[in-house]
Parts: sequence; structure tokens; C-alpha cells
Amino acid sequence: MENQPTTPSPTELRTEEFVVNIGPQHPATHGVLRIEATLDGETVKDILPHLGYIHRGIEKMTESMPYKQSIYLTSRMDYLSAHINNHACSLAIENALGIEVSARAKAIRIIMDELQRLTSHELWWGSCAMDIGAVTPFFLGFRDRERILEIFEANTGNRLTMNYIIPGGVMRDVLPSFVTDVKELLKKIKGYRHEYDQLITGNFIFQHRTQGVGYLSKEQAISLACSGPVARASGVSCDVRKHYPYDGYEKLDFNEVIDYGCDNWARYLVHMEEMNQSIHIIEQLLDNFPTGEYRTKIKGIIKLPEGEYYQRVETARGELGVYIVADGSNKPYRMKFRTPSFSNLGAVKPTTVGLKIADLMANMSTIDLVVPDIDR
Amino acid sequence: MSKEELKQYLEVTYPDLEVKETVNFPLLLVNKEDVIPVLTKLKDASETRFNFLFCETAVDRNPNFEVIYHLTSTYYHHDLEVKVILEDRENPVIDSVYGLWEAADLYEDEIYDMFGIRFKGHPNLRRIMLTDEWNGFPLRKDYQDDKIISL
Repeated sequence: MENQPTTPSPTELRTEEFVVNIGPQHPATHGVLRIEATLDGETVKDILPHLGYIHRGIEKMTESMPYKQSIYLTSRMDYLSAHINNHACSLAIENALGIEVSARAKAIRIIMDELQRLTSHELWWGSCAMDIGAVTPFFLGFRDRERILEIFEANTGNRLTMNYIIPGGVMRDVLPSFVTDVKELLKKIKGYRHEYDQLITGNFIFQHRTQGVGYLSKEQAISLACSGPVARASGVSCDVRKHYPYDGYEKLDFNEVIDYGCDNWARYLVHMEEMNQSIHIIEQLLDNFPTGEYRTKIKGIIKLPEGEYYQRVETARGELGVYIVADGSNKPYRMKFRTPSFSNLGAVKPTTVGLKIADLMANMSTIDLVVPDIDR
Repeated sequence: MSKEELKQYLEVTYPDLEVKETVNFPLLLVNKEDVIPVLTKLKDASETRFNFLFCETAVDRNPNFEVIYHLTSTYYHHDLEVKVILEDRENPVIDSVYGLWEAADLYEDEIYDMFGIRFKGHPNLRRIMLTDEWNGFPLRKDYQDDKIISL
């Protein structure tokens, strides 16, 4: 080995790398997630996520539960998309049994799904801005989300884990005032939208913190199996509502929001535009809200024929897949949830390595992780 | 390609492999040794271009294991299920597909944690959900735990 010079020249000066554990109790992870970050000064060199702090073994539990009960567990996965998770599970069972759902139930389901997407994106908007350093948006996001939760509470009885969408339709009919309530709500939300843009979208500091930061190329997004706003901000067309429509999305007019910016700013814009699209979808359904049955009668005990079933839906975070292996009994042989946050978690490392540690928080917030959705 | 077209294409292109179908997807049964060559061909061939591994999981069909790959293409939006059967229950090993899709990093960690299937060539195989000292693999059908209480 060659002799080392006794004092290195300034260009060769190397600082020592050290490891910082971020979490599991850290406000920026929005849940119990531990990130092992290898740092060189303030620059992030490596990221290793550690999961399992909220692992409840949902996939194991479903194996010992009848199909109907398993649906209720899915509300606890991505608690910000509870309606949509229930919807995925119900659809899988309906398609396996060949149950036709009434037009009214389909309309209620889609309105609830899109309202859920609005609540999720509003919460995301507030917390994303808070992670970057603005506190006021958090209150505004919650203020608007609260209006939608009131509709959920009145119609489904719950605010967070609704368990409202069940095989065959929905649990109970909506209130007679539902249509006028939602119309009133949308009017309010649209009135608030300019505040979002004034406060954050047009904010110079926010733009500087997000533009050109957290680059995720299209190839990498595909390779990492990213979905939802994360993939669409990298130019990947992956909206399940467009490519594999379910429950009447094919009849509705809406755009798949795609941005080619690949950075945090693009992911922000995709989220914001998706909220507009959700409002647009709900308005179309409210104009001619179908009458009729809200639930098709199905057997008390659900038994799926032997085989494999896969159903996917678009949650607020991306593609949720429910994979059921049935053996003919009233319990699933194996049930696998392909959750969007679990795949999107892989995007944290490529977006962050080489940036400063403060950008890790910005990246994690625009990737929009929900930890119970990762751990299941 | 539609489901039927894809099934016919697979029957012609892979004459020595078994092609079946599930309710949703065509199903290709692959031998344990051929995983990497077959999946590489599926990913690169201009007719299929399965560049998106949206789900990788395993099923315990006591005594065998099935490793299942769900593939889709961002070019054509057609889907395929690929299934590999592992017969060695004591020491199940399969080649990692991390070289083809980076998403396999987390998926295979989870399968290893829950089923004890080891992936050759995986950069960092670890118990991702449970602690390193955990006894047994919970999603196996013969998993025993004193703490499981049936209500």
C-alpha cells in the first residue's frame, strides 16, 4: 500500500459519514416509520426504511375471517382512503360471484370515493405545506376536510373508518338531503380553492423548495412500480379509473392528470389538479342522481368459487390491488393487498440521495406515504 | 393485446411452458430455473413489453410454495400472471428479479419475512416487518404461535 500524505489537501478533505435515525416518532413521517439516513454533513448518502411498527398482520387475520368481516379490516389500512379500500374488496367479491349492483349504489359509491379523495388530498395539502415550513395551510386543509367529514358522518355514521361500501351496494341509503348537501359543499370548496393558490401555489419560497427537487425519472418510476400521483407526475399514465374502469367511471368525463416535471413541484400540481377533477366527477353524478335500490340482496354467507381473483382500484395514493385466492369455503385461502404506499416507499431513496436532509421531508410529504398502508 | 390474444401468443412463443388462465389474467407457469430468462424475455420482447411489476407475492399451498408475479405493460396495458412452484419446503430458494424491476427490493423482503422464501441475488434480504429474532414465518399455513387466541 502506498504511503498516505500526513495532511490531506483541502480538496481531499473528507468528512465522516454518520447515521441518523429519523422516527419512528417523528412528525414528518406521518406515522410510525423509521428511516435510517446515512449523512455526510447535511447531504443524504443513503436511505434505508425500517417498517413494521404498525404491522397488524391484516393478511394473516383475513385467513381466519369470513369475507364480509375482512372488508372491515381494509378501512384500517389506508385510513385516508377507507371508502376506496372497502370498494376494492367489495368489487373483488362481486365480480367473483357475478353480482350486479344497482345504478344508485354505483353513483353513491363513486361520489363517496371522490369525496374521500378530496379529503385525502386536502389533508395532504396541509401537511405537505407544514413539512416544508408553513403552518397556516394545515388549519385550512383541516377546515375544508371537516366539511366533507360532516357529510360522511351524517350519511355513514362514521368519520374515518366508514365500512360503508359492502358487497351488493352500500350499507344504508343516503339521507334525502344528500344531493343538496353535497352541492352546497362543492360550492363552498370551490370558493376556498383560490386561498390554496394564493397561500402556497404562488408562494415563492414554496416554489423554490420544490421545483427541481426530488427528481424521479419516468424509467425509475416504472421500475419501482410507483403508482398514483407519484407516477403520474413522472409522466407515467397509470390511472386505474381510465385503464381498468369500474362501477361506471367509463361513462364519466374526466381527465387523467399527467405532468412531466418529475419533481416535487410536479407532484404538487398533480395533486391539486386531481382535486378539481374529483369535483368535476361528483358534479356530473349529482345532476342526474339515480333512484332505486341502494343494495342488491345477497346471501348471508359469502362463498367464493375456487380460483384466483384480482381487483384494482385507484385510491388517493395510487393503485390498490386485492388478490384473493379462494378455496371454495367462506374464508379466503390467501388475501394479498397490493398497497400503493408500499411501492411508493421505494421512491424515497432515489429522489433524496444527494440532496440535503431538509429535502428528505419535502420528498416524503409529496410522495404522500400513509404508514398503516405500508405495514398493513 | 387482449386476454385471449395474449394467451395465444404465449402458447406459440413458449411451447414448452404451460399456459392457463385465471378469472382476470392469462397465467404462465414457469420452472424455478427459468425465472430470469423467461421474465427477461417477457420484459424485453417488443410484442409484450411487461415493464411494470405491480405485484409480487407468494401463496403457501402446503407443502409447495407458489411465487406469483403480476406484470403489466405501460405501453399496451395488458396484464399477465406468472407462477413459479417451489417444492422444497425446508429450504425454498428462487432467483431474485431485482435486476429486472427495482420494485422487487421491497416485495421480496416482505415475502422472505412472511414465507421464509430466500431470493438469490437480492441486494439486502432482511426481515422487513418483524424483528430479526422472530420465530417462524407467519403466513405459512403450519405457523404456530401460542399468542394466537381465537375469539
